[in-house]
Amino acid sequence: MSLESMLVIAAVLFCIGLYGALARKNFIAVLMSIELMFNGVNLTLVAMGRWVAPYAVQETLSAVLTGQVFAVFIITVAAAEIALGLGIVFAMFRTNESVDLTDAAAMRH
Amino acid sequence: MRCITTPENMLSPEGAFGGNPLFYWIYGLAAHLVPCWLAYVIAGLVIMLILINAVLLGAAIVSWGERRLLGRFQNRVGPNRWGPFGALQPIADLTKLITKEDIIPYGADRLAFTAVPVIMVSSLLVATAVIPFAKDVALVDLNVGVLFILAVSSLTSIAIFTAGWASNNRYALFGAGRAVAVLISYEVPVVLSLLGVVVVAGSMSLGDIVVAQAVPFFLVQPLAFFVFLAGMSAELNRTPFDVAEAESEIIAGYHTEYSGIKFALIQAAEFGGALFVSGLIATLFLAGWAGPVADWLGWLWFLIKTFIGIFLFVWIRSTFPRLRLDQIMAVCWKFLMPLSIINLAAVVLEVYFLRDASGTLSTSDLWIMAGINMVVAVVSIAFFGRIIRQKIRNSSRTMTASAPMVRGVPTIEVG
Amino acid sequence: MWFEQVVFWALAVVAIGGAVGVVMVRDLFRAALLLATVFVAVGGFYVMMNAEFLAVVQILIYVGAIAVLFIFGVMLTRDVRQGNTPNRLQIPAALVSVLLLAAMLFTAVTTDWTTLAGLGLESQSQIAQTQAVGIPDASSLAASGLSAQEVESIAGGGLADLLIGEFVLPFEAVSLLLLAAAIGGLALARGRGR
Repeated sequence: MSLESMLVIAAVLFCIGLYGALARKNFIAVLMSIELMFNGVNLTLVAMGRWVAPYAVQETLSAVLTGQVFAVFIITVAAAEIALGLGIVFAMFRTNESVDLTDAAAMRH
Repeated sequence: MRCITTPENMLSPEGAFGGNPLFYWIYGLAAHLVPCWLAYVIAGLVIMLILINAVLLGAAIVSWGERRLLGRFQNRVGPNRWGPFGALQPIADLTKLITKEDIIPYGADRLAFTAVPVIMVSSLLVATAVIPFAKDVALVDLNVGVLFILAVSSLTSIAIFTAGWASNNRYALFGAGRAVAVLISYEVPVVLSLLGVVVVAGSMSLGDIVVAQAVPFFLVQPLAFFVFLAGMSAELNRTPFDVAEAESEIIAGYHTEYSGIKFALIQAAEFGGALFVSGLIATLFLAGWAGPVADWLGWLWFLIKTFIGIFLFVWIRSTFPRLRLDQIMAVCWKFLMPLSIINLAAVVLEVYFLRDASGTLSTSDLWIMAGINMVVAVVSIAFFGRIIRQKIRNSSRTMTASAPMVRGVPTIEVG
Repeated sequence: MWFEQVVFWALAVVAIGGAVGVVMVRDLFRAALLLATVFVAVGGFYVMMNAEFLAVVQILIYVGAIAVLFIFGVMLTRDVRQGNTPNRLQIPAALVSVLLLAAMLFTAVTTDWTTLAGLGLESQSQIAQTQAVGIPDASSLAASGLSAQEVESIAGGGLADLLIGEFVLPFEAVSLLLLAAAIGGLALARGRGR
């Protein structure tokens, strides 16, 4: 386990998520792929905090926790995003009787 | 190479069993015969084996004890055929369930269907790891213990939903939907009430929380105790809140389709869950292993307090009638939520004004807090109780159908 | 540490296999379950990187809440068993992802990182990271051979101190965002009829 191997795994997770977000029809599947991307980013942040020395670490050692702080923020934002995303899914289901993004092409309701 | 066997040297970040004397003893014994790493693994496995068996055996005993107690409450005898006072009844039940045919319904999602009992039991066992059974006797005393328990027990909600979906049965899906709605809602007041405990104890490690209870926390924070008890009986799907498996409405809820050994495992997870939550109540609110001669008799005090918790649950179960789903939601959001927030605010203010320069609370401070919080608890329960009683009475008058969740589900095609 | 390597690669296989499953499996419900598995594996990575607090938060929020919400959402799909279909953009999407992956892998492997170990801060930083909840735990204290005061002077108040101190503005912004999301979600889900 090293910085590089962790970054590689994070990058693979992110790219799988990107592929899913671009190539899936179902809105829920797209949201799930976006969560994968979030997780990839979080892994990168924590790995950077674990191994890489930021400039601020010369002054105070708690700067190594900065990566984790950002990961906490991202987890919170992801939770908010899912709450809103599912709200949109429900609204979409009511108007289109479907949660496929291809069915939501019309700009009316 | 010589093995390191003193506790001081074993307390490394890798030493997950740090502080457990039994672990060192087995480790030292095994280290004479096999290489160090193998001794470490063996000692760990032995400890885990003991814990797992203790929890599952405890679940069996709880299943018997609950039926006996319930019998007493309802003025009948309860199981009394096999063994003294029917104490071997769980073995008979288990034998029957194991030898029964294991049916997987047509159209079910085989993999998910089979995974559910495993997830339920294993999440229960993992959560048990942080409970201190006696002084310094926990599998591992995590510094994020309370959060860990919340996180691991939240795996149950996903298992229940999977059970409901994978069974390919409409009643199972209704039950799962209800159960998950209740679980997610009651998570909020439960977490808020635990926050009060954490603030007073100044730590999330369960070992430290027990040490901090010079005055048991059910006296210091009666509101938190009340909310936790109510919230946990909802999360365990126990009687005032058991719409998820209301047998008169939806057969057995999410485990309608389960039979044989899988049903036995789900039952074990339910009774084990009751045991685990009682142990948690004993640890968080009744001062755990603390008591006279705690060094030697800590396990006894812990067991007695756990029994008190189980007794409370059975008592509640046999006393209150079942609530409707919308009433359960109203109780959660309009009754328990404000109570837990009031408790948290009161506790934070008291700790802020009472703590000394180093941030610690003395025993007399705790008694002062207990006095104030008692008054706060009585006043706020009386106030919000009046409001919620009004709400429930009004809702029974106007509502004939059940809650929105249940109205929404039948439009979805299953399978 | 061969044991650490074994755990690491096992987690890696679970995480990446699960992620591939999420975007490839036709059954949406299984995709949601696989997503939960990926979350658990990522939590395992956090534990391995000394971020225990984050690991617990990951399980609590992602597996306990977000995965369950996804399953609620999955129920709205018309045909769950075959619901996870690709759209026309499949090939361009794969192309973009692979190119981006190549670029990221190249950067990750060829960059000359200034590591904590290079500055000789490895052990202290590990202590600082395990103090994420602000209270030194017994095992890391004993491992470092330092007293509680010394650890505190190295680590400060941990994650909580940073969240309420240095990063208090984003912290408040996030709480505002959560409030807005809660209100927005309610408004969206209620619809205009009721």
